Amino acid sequence: MPDRDQTPAVRLTDVLFRWPGPAGFTLDCPAFEVARGERVLLLGESGSGKSTLLSLICGIIVADRGRVLVGGEDLGKRGAAARDRLRAEQIGVIFQQFNLLPYASVADNICLPLRFAPERRKRAGDAGAQVTALCAALGLPPGVETAPAGRFSVGQQQRIAVARALIGSPPLIVADEPTSSLDAAAQDGFLTLLFDQLRATGSSLLMVSHDARLAAQFDRTVQLADIVTTGRTAA
Amino acid sequence: MMLRLILGSLRARALTVGLTVLAIALSVALFLGVEKMRNGARASFADTISGTDLIVGARSGSVQLLLYSVFRIGNATNNLTWESYQEIAARPDVDWIVPISLGDSHRQFRVMGTTPAFFERYKYRGGRALELAEGHGLEDLYDAVIGADVARTLGYVTGDPIVVSHGIASFTDHADQPFRVAGVLAKTGTPVDRTVIVGLEAIEAIHVDWQSGGQRPGAPTPQDVIRQMDLEPKAITAALVGVESRLRIFGLQRWINTYPDEPLLAILPGVALQELWQIVGIAETALIGVSAMVVITALIGMMAMIFSSLGERRREMAIWRAMGASPSVILGLLVVEAVVMAALGAAIGGALLYGGLAIARPWIDASYGIWLPLGWPDARELWMLGAVIGAAALASLLPALRAYRLSLADGMTVRI
Repeated sequence: MPDRDQTPAVRLTDVLFRWPGPAGFTLDCPAFEVARGERVLLLGESGSGKSTLLSLICGIIVADRGRVLVGGEDLGKRGAAARDRLRAEQIGVIFQQFNLLPYASVADNICLPLRFAPERRKRAGDAGAQVTALCAALGLPPGVETAPAGRFSVGQQQRIAVARALIGSPPLIVADEPTSSLDAAAQDGFLTLLFDQLRATGSSLLMVSHDARLAAQFDRTVQLADIVTTGRTAA
Repeated sequence: MMLRLILGSLRARALTVGLTVLAIALSVALFLGVEKMRNGARASFADTISGTDLIVGARSGSVQLLLYSVFRIGNATNNLTWESYQEIAARPDVDWIVPISLGDSHRQFRVMGTTPAFFERYKYRGGRALELAEGHGLEDLYDAVIGADVARTLGYVTGDPIVVSHGIASFTDHADQPFRVAGVLAKTGTPVDRTVIVGLEAIEAIHVDWQSGGQRPGAPTPQDVIRQMDLEPKAITAALVGVESRLRIFGLQRWINTYPDEPLLAILPGVALQELWQIVGIAETALIGVSAMVVITALIGMMAMIFSSLGERRREMAIWRAMGASPSVILGLLVVEAVVMAALGAAIGGALLYGGLAIARPWIDASYGIWLPLGWPDARELWMLGAVIGAAALASLLPALRAYRLSLADGMTVRI
């Protein structure tokens, strides 16, 4: 078992990935690291390889070369099912929008990752109480737990998504432009709430955005172009 | 929680899911209904006669003899002479023998001439005897005992007069010699319910003035003269026989079948019934095949519905994947979804069928003489319902595998 305080949350070394197909999109990332508890803003325009990078870190796809370590675990050495399990246990994911199953209740949406992560469920303890606490901390109206998630505003849905990412305190939160669907005022409020919760759980945050103005609130800001080179080379 | 999410997803698509479930329900109701009718008809036929070891008639086919003598379906091609009847009755193997004479009718019901022994020898549904609901048996020459359906359909009670028509569906009545309803039999669920039973001599009596199918011209013979006449029949239609020992059935049957003076046929009712099933079985198989095709059609409809939903649900799949669900979970979700729809359809279909049966049962009984039992579904029906659900799971594998491949390719990065 790697020492949690020493091992970085994410470490990529000498990674090369090539999408299958004749005109394969390639991504090359010599080195990238997110330390434990660190909050990193990754700046990049769409099409700059951020989706591929996030898919690599989340274990959806596997690098053709090099190593991707999440919480010290080498994803390349694990099978597909084990990578899915690792994602559920270690990573909370927040999308840009449409994060939730609209027909399911808020509580079911928030508890969804626990269904695939027994250890994280153990960490969460009383899941129902956790859900209530997270909803309250994220400024959601009391009693939202049983309502269908589809009824809420975009801003509220994003906060429900944060609660889902944070439940069971996974070591890493991956957020893909979570504020782009919010207006400026809501963005600040959203980030404040997110950062408060991160301090409580001690999770690292890797957030992708194209908005450089957010940089002030992060420990470190990285230009995507500085860590990866993408190309469209014939295989 | 997973089942709750699946149900929630189905509820969110209530209209398409509802129509799919309805299609499955109707097909299941048809599928089960055919099976129920088949079993009901078989049980009803098999329950019609018991305790009779042999049926004897003029030589024809065994199924034909069974049908006209017991079920009143079709007609005898020839009669059995009284001499032959008496010779058979005199055989030492014969325990009892009941003659029956068919050929006349009253309204839409057949008239059967027989002896009072019929009422104690005829047994149905595993040895049950006929019972009178009201009145008494055949005592006078012009007494008639009517079946429950005859009484109910025509509104007859004891004491009512009955005029027998000559032949079946004819316009010539034996109006000069009316019968009187002496008794009404309790409901049996057999063709007896639709039969007017009179004495064997009465059949002779009403044909005194008839010769080779036509009424002799001139004034009819008065009833008091007829009562003095010798009314021993010259021929009967068939005879029901009980033997002394079951071991002797085949010996007696062979003796009758090789009877030198007249071509006769003796059949074992159970064996003839088996032959009948072999004939009917082909039609039954065709019916079951057609109703199974209807179920398959409904399941293909469900498959198409799941396929077309995949496009709009790619986002949903991506969420599942991001939360750590493996592609096989996605596959499982869709299969369980299909199983839930099929189970719902099967349950509703079963309820539709049983509800419909409860309403239509008296009508089916009155029209076809088939009394369908309304018990809990038996093992075979449950097996059929299980097969429908299993087939649904199998059918859903195709769209589920497509979803599996889509979610592998999309990962968690689908955009809409």
